[in-house]
Formats: sequence, C-alpha cells, structure tokens
Amino acid sequence: MGLPGALPVLNEKVVEYAVKLGLGLHSDISLRSKFDRKQYFYPDLPKGYQISQFDIPICRGGYVEVDLPVEFGGGHRRFGITRVHMEEDAGKLVHAGGDGLSGSLYSQVDLNRAGVPLLEVVSEPDMRNGLEAAEYAAELQRIVRYLGISNGNMQEGSLRCDVNVSVRPKGQDKFGTKVEIKNMNSFSAMQRAIEYEVSRQVCLHEEGFESKIVQETRLWEEGSQRTITMRSKEGLADYRFFPEPDLPEVSITQAYVDSLLEDLPELPNTKRRRYESLGLIMQDVLVLANDSDVAAFLDAVLDKGADLKLTANWIMGDIAAYLKSEKTSISDVKLTPATLAELISLIKDGTISGKIGKEILPELLRKGGSVKEVVEAKGLSQISDPALIEGIIKQVLSSNPKQVEQYRGGKTKLQGFFVGQVMKATGGRVNPTVMNEILLRKLTA
Amino acid sequence: MFPHLRLSGSLPCLAAMPSIAPAMPTPSHLRFFLTSACPPHPFLSFGKSFFVRYCTRIGYTKPYQDQDPKQCPIPSKMQMESSFGGIVCKSRGCQTLCQPPGANVQQRPVSEICRIRDDVLQRKKSAVQITEDYLSRLHETEPHVKSFLYVSEKALEEAAELDRKLGNNEEVGPLAGVPIAVKDNLCTHDMPSTGGSRILEGYRPPYDATAVRKLREAGAVLLGKTNLDEFGMGSSTEGSAFQVTSNPWDLSRVPGGSSGGSAAAVAARQCAAALGTDTGGSIRQPASFCGVVGLKPTYGRVSRFGLMAYASSLDVIGCLASSVLDTAILLSVMAGEDKSDATSSKKDVPTYAASLLPLNLASSKPFEGLKFGIILETIGEGVNDGVLSLIRDAALHIEALGATVTEVSLPTFSKGLPAYYVLAPAEASSNLARYDGVRFGFRADGDELVSMYGQSRGQGFGLEVKRRILMGTYALSAGYYEAFYRRSQQVRTLIQKDFRTALEENDVLLSPVAPTAAFKIGSTFIRIHGSPSLGESDW
Repeated sequence: MGLPGALPVLNEKVVEYAVKLGLGLHSDISLRSKFDRKQYFYPDLPKGYQISQFDIPICRGGYVEVDLPVEFGGGHRRFGITRVHMEEDAGKLVHAGGDGLSGSLYSQVDLNRAGVPLLEVVSEPDMRNGLEAAEYAAELQRIVRYLGISNGNMQEGSLRCDVNVSVRPKGQDKFGTKVEIKNMNSFSAMQRAIEYEVSRQVCLHEEGFESKIVQETRLWEEGSQRTITMRSKEGLADYRFFPEPDLPEVSITQAYVDSLLEDLPELPNTKRRRYESLGLIMQDVLVLANDSDVAAFLDAVLDKGADLKLTANWIMGDIAAYLKSEKTSISDVKLTPATLAELISLIKDGTISGKIGKEILPELLRKGGSVKEVVEAKGLSQISDPALIEGIIKQVLSSNPKQVEQYRGGKTKLQGFFVGQVMKATGGRVNPTVMNEILLRKLTA
Repeated sequence: MFPHLRLSGSLPCLAAMPSIAPAMPTPSHLRFFLTSACPPHPFLSFGKSFFVRYCTRIGYTKPYQDQDPKQCPIPSKMQMESSFGGIVCKSRGCQTLCQPPGANVQQRPVSEICRIRDDVLQRKKSAVQITEDYLSRLHETEPHVKSFLYVSEKALEEAAELDRKLGNNEEVGPLAGVPIAVKDNLCTHDMPSTGGSRILEGYRPPYDATAVRKLREAGAVLLGKTNLDEFGMGSSTEGSAFQVTSNPWDLSRVPGGSSGGSAAAVAARQCAAALGTDTGGSIRQPASFCGVVGLKPTYGRVSRFGLMAYASSLDVIGCLASSVLDTAILLSVMAGEDKSDATSSKKDVPTYAASLLPLNLASSKPFEGLKFGIILETIGEGVNDGVLSLIRDAALHIEALGATVTEVSLPTFSKGLPAYYVLAPAEASSNLARYDGVRFGFRADGDELVSMYGQSRGQGFGLEVKRRILMGTYALSAGYYEAFYRRSQQVRTLIQKDFRTALEENDVLLSPVAPTAAFKIGSTFIRIHGSPSLGESDW
C-alpha cells in the first residue's frame, strides 16, 4: 500500500527460488547481491518506486536447451540467459468501460499483489522466430514447474512475458531497432505477435520506411491479431536507480547453494536426453517429459522393470485420455506405477489380453487395487487354450455360413467380422494371437 | 589550555549542552553519560554510573520537580538577554524555574519518570491525577507555546485504566502513568499523524509505530502529537504547515527543529518526556535550544517501522526528557530488533539506566582514566563566543572530574554537511513519492493522472519539502548519480573512518550542538507567498 512509515522485509523463499532457478538455468549465482529502487509514478505502484535489482542481480548468465516440436521440424536449440533477478510486483489496473486504458471510463487499482516477490528472467537475443521464442517460454514454464517454484500459468498471471523484436538485413551484424510487445497471454499468442511484428518491420524495411521503426512499446491485440502503438519510449526512461536503503545486502553461502543443488530434481532437458537414449522417439519424449509428474510416473513404472515402449504407450494413450476426460492429473489417480507395471507384465505373459487390460484400466485409475484382484473378481483372465478357442471358432463359423462362403470367395476383409464374433463369444478374453492363427487356418481350410 | 572555571552570579538557564558522539556506532566501552541520577530505586537496578556535578554548574536545565506545579513556567514578563550566546533569564518568574526558591543550587536533577513511578506505585498520586496535572499545564501553556498538533482525548481514560490495574494489583510496565508526547511523524493509530504536512492533514494510520507500541505496552499515557518541521525537514519548526511552535524560554524564539514541538513540550512541562526523530540533528538541536536532554540513538538501535521516512539511511527515533536518566529509561523501552524493520540491529538491549551511578556512590574523580576529545572543527569559525566559552568551561569541569581533555581533529568533518545535503534529499525524493493523493491523504482534482499528481503534491507539500525533493531527484538522475549520490556515499565512508579513528583514541567526543543558541522566529526564515521556506543552517 505504500503507507507512511511502512518498511519492506525480504521474503526468504524468493531467495531460495531464485537460486534454484539459477541452478536450473546453469547461471552463475551471485553470493552477494543487493536491491535497488526503480523510480517512476504510476497508480499501480504504491510507493512510487519498485524494489528491484539493478546492477548486481542474484543470477547472471546461463542457458536454456529446447527441443522444437517434431511437427514444426524439430531440432535442438540453446538460448542464452542474461540474468535472473528478484523484484516486487506492482498492483493491477482494471480499466472499466472499455477494452483497455483508452476508451475506458475509469480505472481501478487492485493492490492485492503489490509487494509480492517476483523473479525476472532476461534472455539473450538468441531467438530467430516466433516458434523459438514460444518454445523458450514453454521450456521456462516447464523448468519452473519441475523445480516447484511456480505453476507458470500464463492465464493466471503466474508467468508473464514481454518480448523485444528487431529485424536486420541479412548479413548485417548490428541489431536493428527493437520494439517491445506486451499483452500476450499465451505462448501461441506470443508466437503470432512476434510473427506479425517481424512481418510489419520487414515490410517497412522493404518499402524504405525503416526509420519508422522506433523504440516503443506496442500492445498485442488478440482480436485483430496485430500490434498497435501503446506509448513511445522516447529513449530510455530515467528510473533514477539507487541502492535500497531499507534492505540489507543479500548474502548467501556457497554451502547454501550447494545444498539446493543437491536436492535439485532432474531437469526437463536432462530427462529428454535420457528418454532419447533409452530409445523413445522424439515426439514421445516431448510428450512424456513435458510434465514432471508424468515423467516421474513413467520413471517409477520403469523402475519396476516394465517395458519402456509399452509403458509409454499406456501413459500417452489410455491414461492420457482418461486424465483429459476426467479433468484430473496423474498425481490424483489411484493407479500406482507398480500396478501399471503389473498390468503390462500380465498382458505380456498372456494372463490377460490387451483388450481386457484396456477395459479394466479405468477401474484401476478410479479405485486402485491390484490387477490380479480385479481380474479374479471379474473372471477376466485370458483364454489361451487352443482347443477351447478352436471349439468357439468352429461354432462361430458354423453359425455364419454365408460370411464363410463370402470370405472363401475373396472377401478377406470379413476376417474382422469373425474376430468380432469370437470376441463377443469369449467376452473379449480370447488370446488374439492364438485366435487369429486358428481362425485363419479354419477359414482357409 | 582552558581558563579555570568561574561561576558567574546568576546561572544561565540555557546552555549549549555538549552532545556526544553523533550517528556513529559507539564502542561498547562508551557507556558513560553526562547525566544526573535518580536515587536508588527499587525497580531500576543500578550498577555503575556517574553523576556529574558540572551539569548544574554549567546551567544544564534542571527538572523542576520542586516547582510549584501550578505556577506557569512561562513568565508573563520576560526579559531575555543574550549573553555568552546562552540566554540569561532576568525575570523573577523564570528565575524560579532554574532555582526554586530556597533550593540548593547543587541539588541534583531527579528523574521525572522515577518520580512519577514512585508516586504511582506507592499510591501517593493516581495516574489520573498526574495526567490531569500535565494536561492542565498543557492547556494553560499551549496558547503561548503551540507545541501540540493534536491532544489526545483518551489520555485520562488510559490513566484511569492504569489506576484500575494498580487497584487490582495487576502488573504494570516501567512507564506506567508517565505522560509522553509523540512527534507527529510517528504513526499512531488512534490519533491523526500528519508529519507536519498538509498532504497528510487528518490522516489516521491503521497501525502504531513500533516505538509507540512499545511505549504503550510499558504503560505510558500518550498525551498527543507534537509539532515538527514538515517531514522532518528543517531546524526551527517554522517549516510546519500548521503552526509555529515557540521556545518556552522566550516565546519570540524558535524551539529548534525538526523535533521542536517535542522539545518545547518537555521544556514547558506539558509532558514528562517526548519522542522525537533525528536525521541530521533534529533531536539534538531542539533539545539544546529548549534546554532539555535529547538522545539520538545509534542508527538501527530503535526500529523505524512507523516513522514516516525522510532519509532511510539516516533517520532514527529518539527521545527528549528533562534528565539523562529518563532518556536512558525510554531508550531501553523503545530499542530492540524488529522483524518489521530489516535495518534494525540484532544486538541485545541493555538496561541503559543501569550504567548510571548515583552521586553518593561515585568517587571524587569519576572520570579518572577517561579521554575526552573536543572536535576541533566544531569550535572554530562561525561559532558564537558564548557557545565557545561554555564548551571550554565544560572541558575544564570534565578535567576537574579526572578526565583528560584534548582537541581532536576530524579532517573530513566539514564534508558532512554537503554530503548530507545530497544524500538526505535524494532518499527523501524517493520516500516522499508515495504521497500522490491516490490511496490516502490530500488529493487535488486533475483532468488526468499527471495533473492530479502535480496538483496534489504541489498543493500538499510545503516549499522546503518541494525544494528538497527537486534537489534529491536531480542528484539521482541519469548523468548525475555518479557525481552526486555515489560521491556523497563515498565521502560518508571517509567521515565514518575519521570518527572511528577518533573514537579509538578517545572515549567520548564533545562538540557544541549548534553554533548558536535559539534564534528569533522569522530570522532565518523568508516568507514567500505565505509559505515557509528555510534559508541556511539546516539540520
């Protein structure tokens, strides 16, 4: 609120999170850093200054490794990080009666989040298109979620992104004038905004109007899918930085940093490399390593000795579908990694069929329990006895003489029909391999 | 080196009280106070301390416990004569103040807090009676002195509550029943807190400053809020947006500033003690001008939470009272680490009063082995002759008490003021940015945001405040930060070094508080368009 006489106090957690993030980004951690006041007037800034870190941020340097989505051509990138620093949030302005500031009747100031600590990550200008930038942001989101320091939710405002875009003629070393874009609230919006801005600037260059590209802040308009001028920066604002006298220097020990490093979880990029080396294809790797809970589940199942490909398929297929339809997460289902491993091995050794496995999965997810219990309770074990199967097949064939004749006449597609009939007769429990072998034999006999 | 001390006929009742070591951390062995002591009292355990008789000889204002309380301390007919740079009272009424009829000149000052506590605990007087006494004196003298911006309506209620507790034999704090005034830049949740400025006229904070809270918890009765130069910027209290406080000793003179209201209130016996704040002398100078004791603690000793910030790295909260013992008691109550103030010191708070020795336990040469250094740069050009002679007299007396007194030079001393004049306004320009009319305080209408800011601050702030904000903004702006702010911080480090060196060689450093005694109201003060603005000598 910036009340008279109020003083700031440093929140220990933000230091911990800053160090964790710095470690996750391979940055240098400054054992001694300080706070500075960044001064400007605005209604959402109650003190008239923001406590930030100017010249000695807590983390310097670092990089982020990104695997571009397969559907966009894939590829591996490394983007540099300039710095990570701690600062406090300002309040939020709500403009009533219009879409934004202009056109609104009045504005309201919500100060609930003013003073809440933030971490600001500044990247090097290493990205070359909207996709790379969006993937960079997505990777940062992945990292902060893995580290447990934020839910990184752009819609909620837990993750906010501003971009700076510039273009330059091919072959020129010097960067062009950069333009800041604000107001993107999803990664895809970011990508589109950047692409729009790039094309806007390139057009201006091509028409000879490159001087019209000025250092300014533009707003992304989701409705019209374009950027519009918000305010011109008129050169750099003078924030009159000076060291914050109300907060002492932030001093941490190497031992503290080391202890956080020890407890750091496996980071997304390391996980991706590991899954890749285990033999998964890139597309699957990206899906499985996206959510740390999912990856942890997968790792736990693999620990029980289950087959990688099968496990991956179960997780990405049936389990993912269930999670989506029930709007739940993998950490909330009753199915344990051990149970999934059990399921996979029981299918593999023929105790139950794959089809049955899929049938009982929802129950396992919803209620838990072991596979053996459920199978026994429902009498769902697989029928693999060839004699029994042959008997059933004989029955099916004799009940459908017309289709048999059609099949023998050339309509081999009807095999599916017979398979369906056998499945029906056995309640889905028949071993498909054995059944197919006997069925074909009988049909072609 | 110094002429032998000679007692003059009538005692000057106002003197430049030598002030000890400014805002620097004091070595741990520096525990001696030039003070008076209270006779051993059950609740205060005394160890070693000193009683310094020289205080009475120099004319250190004695508390007036033997005064007839009904007598108005402001004489109706006063003739003040400036002599020795101090003020000699010639009128009979004022004479009474310094020397109670028939009183022994050598009588030691007694702690007002001790006396009140004695009366209250032994049921000689009720807390209500004591508060009534002070309030009646307050109301009688206020039309002349004008030290209060707000007088509490709940004081008697609070006192009555104390009496009830005492009646039930409940425990009460060390300041039970003591009426205390609070400078108006300290937040009090039940009284307006204006900082002496129109921009906070009528503002009521939702919380108490930590120092205020601690006083309340100790049982003090808060009488009201005292006048000050706006946001602490000034050295005469003429910079207040509301009223000019008069020095009780001479109503045509300033009480000093910025804690002028607090100093005047104590001097006029409107309260037993008062809280003040000091950034560049704002407790010490008014204490000197009003002839009371002012204590400016080391930065970080008392939490700044709830103090309307002027210069964050310099501001401290301290106290003014009629005896050093009282300030020691108050400091013990107020001091200590505060989680709400990241700059507050973690060091333990000793019972400062325990370092004060009653006279009858002191030897004849209590300062044997101590080294006192008079800061050479403070007794040179521009210092009033009267002040100089008083310092020399003090030095003689200290020598007579067994100490070695020398002159010590702090070569960077003169750089202190210019460095202060960059750093304090720079920090102030930032600390005062929050007064924008948006969330609290005075707001002027404007067509749009910038004009609302401009009008609110333009009309709400006084000229001196605006001047300092502009200076500070300039000193921090791009292209000037290095030359002004950073440079001043470096100078500050050098000044600290000099003080540390001097304090390694000396146990105590002495200097006059100000180059003169209290000056006339309006003399350094140019009225421009009816708004106050200060000329030179700013603390």
